[in-house]
Amino acid sequence: MPTLAVDRDDLFAHIGRTYTDEAFDELCFEFGVELDEITSEREEALKSDTVKLSKDQIASLSSSVIYKIDVPANRYDLLCIEGLSRSLKIFLGDMDAPAYQRTTPEKMETITVQQDATSQVRPFVVCAILRDITFTPERYASFIDLQDQLHRNLCRQRTLVAIGTHDMDAVRAPFHYDARRPDEIEFVPLKSSDDTAGQAFTGRTLLEHYETHPDCKHLKPYVPIIKNSPLYPVVLDNEDTVLSLPPIINGDRSKITLDTKNVFIECTATDLTKANIVLDTVVTMFSEYCDKPYHIEPVQVNYVDSSGVTTKSYVTPELPTRRVQAGVDFINSLIGIDESAERMVELCNKIQLGPATLEQSADGKQMLEVSVPPTRSDILHPVDIAEDVGIAYGYNNIRKHVAQTNTVGGEQPLNKLSDLLRDEIGRAGYTEVLTHGLCSVRDNFTALRKPVTAAVSLSNPANVEYEVVRTTLLPGLLKTLQHNKSASFSAGFRIFEISDVVLPDDKHTITQTIVGARNERRLCAVYAGPTSGFEIIHGLVDRVLSLTEVAPEEEYVANSTKGDEEKFRVARDGWYYTIHELREDDDAASTYFPGRAAEILLTSPATSGEKVRIGTFGILHPEVLGNFSVGYPASSLEINLEPLM
Amino acid sequence: HLHLQPASSIAPTMSVEEAILTYLSTSQEAVIEDTLTWSDQSKLDHKAVVGAIKSLQGDAYVTASDLTKSYYELSKEAKDILANGAQEVIVLAALCEAGEGGISMPDLQAKVGKNVCKIGMGNCMKNKWAKKDGGNLVATKAVADVTDEVQAALKALSDAAGSDAGMDAKTIQALKRRKLINLVTLKSYKVGRGDSYAPVRKKKAADLTKEMLDSGAWKTTEFKQYNFQTLGEKVGGGYLHPLLKVRAEFRNILLEMGFHEMPTNKWVESSFWNFDSLFQPQSHPARDAHDTFFIKEPAQTVSLPEDYYDRVKTMHEVGGSGSIGYRYDFKREETLKNLLRTHTTAVSSQMLYKLAHQEGGFTPQRYFSIDRVFRNETMDATHLCEFHQVEGLVADYDLSLGDLIGTIETFFKKIGIEKLRFKPAFNPYTEPSMEIFGYHPDLKKWTEIGNSGMFRPEMLAPMGLPENVRVIAWGLSLERPTMIKYRIKNIRDLFGHKVDMSRTRMAPICRFDDLTE
Repeated sequence: MPTLAVDRDDLFAHIGRTYTDEAFDELCFEFGVELDEITSEREEALKSDTVKLSKDQIASLSSSVIYKIDVPANRYDLLCIEGLSRSLKIFLGDMDAPAYQRTTPEKMETITVQQDATSQVRPFVVCAILRDITFTPERYASFIDLQDQLHRNLCRQRTLVAIGTHDMDAVRAPFHYDARRPDEIEFVPLKSSDDTAGQAFTGRTLLEHYETHPDCKHLKPYVPIIKNSPLYPVVLDNEDTVLSLPPIINGDRSKITLDTKNVFIECTATDLTKANIVLDTVVTMFSEYCDKPYHIEPVQVNYVDSSGVTTKSYVTPELPTRRVQAGVDFINSLIGIDESAERMVELCNKIQLGPATLEQSADGKQMLEVSVPPTRSDILHPVDIAEDVGIAYGYNNIRKHVAQTNTVGGEQPLNKLSDLLRDEIGRAGYTEVLTHGLCSVRDNFTALRKPVTAAVSLSNPANVEYEVVRTTLLPGLLKTLQHNKSASFSAGFRIFEISDVVLPDDKHTITQTIVGARNERRLCAVYAGPTSGFEIIHGLVDRVLSLTEVAPEEEYVANSTKGDEEKFRVARDGWYYTIHELREDDDAASTYFPGRAAEILLTSPATSGEKVRIGTFGILHPEVLGNFSVGYPASSLEINLEPLM
Repeated sequence: HLHLQPASSIAPTMSVEEAILTYLSTSQEAVIEDTLTWSDQSKLDHKAVVGAIKSLQGDAYVTASDLTKSYYELSKEAKDILANGAQEVIVLAALCEAGEGGISMPDLQAKVGKNVCKIGMGNCMKNKWAKKDGGNLVATKAVADVTDEVQAALKALSDAAGSDAGMDAKTIQALKRRKLINLVTLKSYKVGRGDSYAPVRKKKAADLTKEMLDSGAWKTTEFKQYNFQTLGEKVGGGYLHPLLKVRAEFRNILLEMGFHEMPTNKWVESSFWNFDSLFQPQSHPARDAHDTFFIKEPAQTVSLPEDYYDRVKTMHEVGGSGSIGYRYDFKREETLKNLLRTHTTAVSSQMLYKLAHQEGGFTPQRYFSIDRVFRNETMDATHLCEFHQVEGLVADYDLSLGDLIGTIETFFKKIGIEKLRFKPAFNPYTEPSMEIFGYHPDLKKWTEIGNSGMFRPEMLAPMGLPENVRVIAWGLSLERPTMIKYRIKNIRDLFGHKVDMSRTRMAPICRFDDLTE
């Protein structure tokens, strides 16, 4: 969610009212933005971990109150003080929504696009002119900040759209948008470091400069957007003066100053829809400061092919004011209110959807027809109008119902089994742990003395601890032991986890979709103590299978003295398990101590009489214990619970 | 010290306890002035004496008052200083003796010894008593002009038998820092006769045994008083994890409310189900690598429901069902990118798609899930890159925002939160959207407790759901209410291998005040 930092007193001056912090917070809440923080430059400096200033420096900072306001990610019109205050004034009924208008100049300025060239790197451009604007230091700063905000959010770090603003009187129209070889572009860019002020660069040398110069770190992230393109986009005036090298930097010649009266704005883009939204946002916000407020001079954009033939042209800014209809009954039903059509018309004025009128649809329904201004690109569907009516009505005034939907609750059988087993294993003296699904390749494989095999791996891991999705629960448990060294191991330390691992699988299908992996629900338990506890873990295996109604095979229990308990065993027909020693050449054996490892084999109706391995257990290999700094002998078991469903 | 019995009067066969009781009965004052000296004289181990006294005190045979004493003990190095002076003074003397040219390091070492040289030289430099001149060390002060404060302080301590009374705290601190002195604490007691004193202790039984039952001895046995001021024995056994206790309780609540659990055991998802099917545009910032974990292997989804894919693509590109769409080129390679799901809504979407396509057509449903989701977030005290999301949704004809508010209210009442406020918010796949704020009874303040909304028609229409079917949904993290409930400040103390097992053992049962009752 973007955050807007504004000077409180400036904001109240714009709104024309003053508030206590609490009252302003309340207004924000109702309107749908959030007063996130109340601070000041000085307070910020005191809190900062990254920048440490001296006492004198801090004392010299302003203590005037700054409001940090969180703005919904789709409301680009609230990203500057002008837009936020305007919307609040309209919401409060202190102002009517302005009608944004294109002027009709005697001669419309043009920009010619060499489409064969630009289409190779950054195909589109849209432009507008703000005439007779008056900047002040505050307005100028807000103008720059809005561009930064848009670049960060809607423009996706300038990849989709980049904004260039220019002093119209410093250059000569008509304008040109072209893409040229990096070495053929030469100009003096806006100053980015003291040592290169006023210096001319070619496209190539400039990008190299930004990549390497310590003062240009803020520009470096944009270099890769065009770096490897054979042609770089460039906006020029009629004398071939470079206005900008989008999406990187503007030329120095057309630099905006406080004295600039006429502003030429160009937005170059790979996404034309977004370019128009960006341009509309900038001009609707700042035309407030033109001699004729909210009047914007258009520019004609002509695309020509390499033979000079015009293939396409349009006039921007679009400043579309759409008339959109939403049924009165629909709005009432969606929000759960019962407002009259006339009252809705009034509410529309509060939320910049006025003037609204009432119409009759073909099938006789009463329709609310609203005017969606160019600032409200977020309105896609009648539900968006219904939402705004709901906001104007006040969410906290809506009468609540409880949906009458008649349904029966139910659990996922696998989760139910997991929860029942968690309870039972807890009763058996094991303490439950909850470990991460992501782990390092080392922990998942090599530390367990296993070769590195296929696992779901991340292309952008947060750090080495989170490289792959685990294919076994064991590392998480061993790391838990490692971090609980101070606990008492003398009576044996028993822990367990029931959770998922993820295995590569290119057949597994859910909702007609194959992603190439599947989850598997596992139980893992570890015993660590003065002795290995192999028999204790072995006992847990028998317990889990007894609990899930699986009987031991005769051959398995032939040697053990059957207690009286055995006569009370309850098992499912055709469900048996047995334990076999793991052969040393088995892939699963390397984690365990030689000769002290076993596999758990299940026979069930689903295995058609075959013995199928569902898990293994054994004494952990001393090297594995060493890899996880576990100083006690330990045994573990890991078993797939899904075949026991 | 006439009243003191000679140590030899304690018979070697006597137990420590008997020795104490005997002494208290035979000595004139019936008092052991100091167990330390008494043990020494009686040739008894002081620890054993203290143990016996504690036991006797428990039955009120004796009284014991604390006589803790502390004194400073001098280290070997300190004793050397006491004899020869501080190292820096010795070094200075050697330097002065060497004259203006100073002395080389090896020569100095040979003269004063390796250890004295090392410490003394360092301190001389620190005190600015000497300077380096080429390879040589030269004195800048005469021995007569300096005082050996260290030696003086050690002597004072030594003379006062280790007591620092009247000495400057800084001086003591400096000696401690040089590891010259060490505080020794001696715990001992003054012991007298207690209320139940008797020269011979009558053995009382600690516990009722099987033998007493068999023999009937319990009738005549005298039992020790039970100390009710200590905790009982730890119960041992196993313990469930606090987060999963809260999960179990939330599941119960949602089941009570008629919600059916969704199968969320699927962490790897395609961008299609995680984003596109939810009408989240392909250029949305949440789809950046900064926010989402993408999968290197298997990188791409192999197959999708193609006709549904086409409808989703059309909705993004040109809209439909009353929407103008996002108007951009929808890219197949983007939709096929595999990722770790960022929300369980990726599964909700599939459930709704299936609901639209089930035999007999759509029927109203309530669904819920509680499972892991993954976000590439900056990790801090309240954020990890994986956490649990609780999600509930209701699909039915003509549902309203009022139904959503009512459902949310019921849920939160069941976990003890009654006062709610709703803030308009933005979420790419819900409209209207509301953030849920609640007055938290444990935190005693208003705080954001969840997010909610009605799924957009652009999401529902391509699934093939009837036009007036609406879906209301809300979600929250499981970690936050658990951290509040169990007073956990750092999420790493709740989730992951760094959790202290003692915390799990100490966690109470999870119950909430059900305010719907």
